[in-house]
Amino acid sequence: MKNNWKIRPPFHPEFDLERCDYRNGCTICVEECTFGEISLKPLKGENGNIQYRPWANMTACNSCQRCVKMCPQSAIHVVSEPMHTSHGYWRTEPVSNIWRQASSEGGVLLVGTGATGPQKRYFDHMMFDACQVTNPSIDPLREPMEIRRYLGRKAERYGGEVASQLKLEVPIMFGAMSFGALNLRVQEAEAKATRKIGTYWNTGEGGFHEGLRNYGGNTIVQVASGRFGVSEDYMKSAAAVEIKIGQGAKPGIGGHLPGEKVSEAISKTRMIPEGSDALSPAPHHDIYSIEDLRQLIYAIKESTDYKLPVSVKISAVNNVAPISSGIARAGADIIAIDGFRGGTGATPLQIRQNTGIPIELAISAADRRLTEEGIRNTVSLVASGGIQSSSDVLKAICLGADAVYVGTPVLIALGCNVCQRCFTGKCPYGITTNRPGLAERIDVDDAARALTNLLHAWGEEIKELMGSMGISAIEALRGNRDRLRGVGLHEEELRILGIKHAGA
Amino acid sequence: MCGIVGIINTDGKLIDGSAIREAIRIQRERGNGLGGGFAVYGLYPENRDKYAFHLMYDGDQNSPVIPHVEAYLKTRASIYQSEQIPVYPNDRISKGPYFKRYFLKPLKEFIGPEQTEEDYIVETVMTINKMDGAFVLSSGKNMGVFKGVGYPEDIADYFRIEDYEGYTWIAHNRFPTNTPGWWGGAHPFTILDKAVVHNGEITSYGTNVRWLEMFGYYCMYQTDTEVITYIYDKLTRLDGLTKEDACYVMAPSLWEEIDRTNDGKKRYLRQIYGPAIVNGPFGIVLTHGKGAIVLNDRNKLRPVVCAKDGNTYYASSEECSIRLLSPDVERIWSPKGGEPVIIDFPQ
Repeated sequence: MKNNWKIRPPFHPEFDLERCDYRNGCTICVEECTFGEISLKPLKGENGNIQYRPWANMTACNSCQRCVKMCPQSAIHVVSEPMHTSHGYWRTEPVSNIWRQASSEGGVLLVGTGATGPQKRYFDHMMFDACQVTNPSIDPLREPMEIRRYLGRKAERYGGEVASQLKLEVPIMFGAMSFGALNLRVQEAEAKATRKIGTYWNTGEGGFHEGLRNYGGNTIVQVASGRFGVSEDYMKSAAAVEIKIGQGAKPGIGGHLPGEKVSEAISKTRMIPEGSDALSPAPHHDIYSIEDLRQLIYAIKESTDYKLPVSVKISAVNNVAPISSGIARAGADIIAIDGFRGGTGATPLQIRQNTGIPIELAISAADRRLTEEGIRNTVSLVASGGIQSSSDVLKAICLGADAVYVGTPVLIALGCNVCQRCFTGKCPYGITTNRPGLAERIDVDDAARALTNLLHAWGEEIKELMGSMGISAIEALRGNRDRLRGVGLHEEELRILGIKHAGA
Repeated sequence: MCGIVGIINTDGKLIDGSAIREAIRIQRERGNGLGGGFAVYGLYPENRDKYAFHLMYDGDQNSPVIPHVEAYLKTRASIYQSEQIPVYPNDRISKGPYFKRYFLKPLKEFIGPEQTEEDYIVETVMTINKMDGAFVLSSGKNMGVFKGVGYPEDIADYFRIEDYEGYTWIAHNRFPTNTPGWWGGAHPFTILDKAVVHNGEITSYGTNVRWLEMFGYYCMYQTDTEVITYIYDKLTRLDGLTKEDACYVMAPSLWEEIDRTNDGKKRYLRQIYGPAIVNGPFGIVLTHGKGAIVLNDRNKLRPVVCAKDGNTYYASSEECSIRLLSPDVERIWSPKGGEPVIIDFPQ
């Protein structure tokens, strides 16, 4: 059977030719579109001359909205296709996925960014408890409001050791996103912003580019299953080392940077041959249980002279509580838990949508277990995966996190429209590509300013929220579930979160 | 809003309860009749070497929990004396729960190898507090607590505290804003010989409780004051912090100041004891066998006035109580937020 039919993409641009400046030869939208959706179509003008107007090819639009944002005449909008199907159960998405797999595209469906499914966003079902009458709220404009956090191992009691710590002036760090997945310029912007605010960014597993090493004091480097770029220098040039076991977008799945993206700079940074595929195996081939992890943690500590905190990053899974306890006892100083909404450059669609658990439940379970075992002080918890705002940050802290990682908000701050095509190398905002001509769409200083603004704004909002709760030091909020109330949650959910229902 | 008063005679001079009754009575405006109470030190000189347990039982002398508690106590301690705490119902308070006191010494052979005698007593208290209908109101040596639902002067009359003498008295007038008014919920709260009266509402409660639970504290009264008492006990008794450092942990200086002074110890204490920080408004008087501490939250969101007259110190929510007790007091001041006033008895 030969398929002659076409699958229309779910979006396409429409052009308002009254507004469009094509008569004067404007072709900005065509140049800006990286997916090849917009071309020029000849049109006979009023005076008989041929003019070229923009034309939607109906093949490749992802609703990245780059054309919309760049059109000087505001002449473009992107529309969704009406439903492909009229069926109540076989809706557009499963049907078009099957079409795509059956057609020449074949294979495993890939996507970028985090899970899009309809699972409950628990953050939206929790409200802060504020002060009224009996307890004065605090005005952050008049009173000091402290949001500094220290991450790392601390003794349970006086006399014990406080190991080396990460000092965060806002309880927010930038999560792991590698050079290769990201434009190097974006990493530089992250480095600049975190240095300015006083927090940390994470190199991801793609190595630490030589040109950024003077930002080492604000950098967390990763050791992942592919061991890309890992050397003694690499680790010693950073403020902390993170062992990546898993990430929320693809628990139990490794990574794959296609050879065509492995340019000279990436090849040097990752310490692999130019043009070769960069494969991160699903498990670390030297970690098949907790005792192996312990050996890696101490191998890193030995090679960094016990000067750097070691973090272990895992995907949020059902067994997260005992796993966290094991990681803490294996010697980790920080545990980063990444919920199923966590983003990625590329993941199989079915994994992204169907594996892992929500960060709200995972962080609460881990915090509770570590507290019950009396070892909560010995390790810091970092929550990530789907954090969308400063209030999400604070809710995660109330549920037991010491700080959070954010990734997707970094991209969004730089213009990203979450079109989920990060792995194509065609990112129209220049964020997830190093392709010449596209990478330059990121201006390092502009991007650094945007990220600084974001961290600053969230910090200020956190202070406002704390003031309304009558809290002047953020350590008094960690695990403080009494300041949260559930709305529309059933008993089991409340029990796992450790919170009461609103009104109770 | 609540009212607190403390009278601390550092020379050990004994005074009866009538003075503190008057001092807290004139702060009537600060309470609403839903709680009043007193702690007194130097109360049982003839039994000074034994732990004095003040127990409150729901119901009357026939309460089914009493035999359970007493049987448990007998497995843990030698009970030298036990008796009902006399009460005097009147037209303002006609009825209350049943109160009993026990003078006891722990059975040394049951104290664990890693345990001190005080750890053992704390464990005993926590176990009884988990029994339905039984509450340990105080458990220190040579001290005791009398408290209940009513205005403090009415509670004073219910127990006839003028019949008791002590060298340190603290009193509380409650205006409950959190847990409902019930006899066990009145202040002071105690553990061993430490007693706290507190005006305020702490917003760090959830963090503090989870931290305490890691070390075997069971916060059954669900009040802020209980938590402050246990934090102080944990810091000074279990972790060996000085009183100054314990106060610093509860109301630390700003990071900015720590950075500026580059004070390594302060940074260290704040890093280790982050979950023990007490946030929100509070003014407390904390007494122990050998002295007292007065402490305010960092922002001074609750009033506390201190005074000194000869060998006697006073602390109060309002100056009027001090002026009533000592009209020409030699020195009177308002401590700054987060700066403790530490009163130590001479050895």
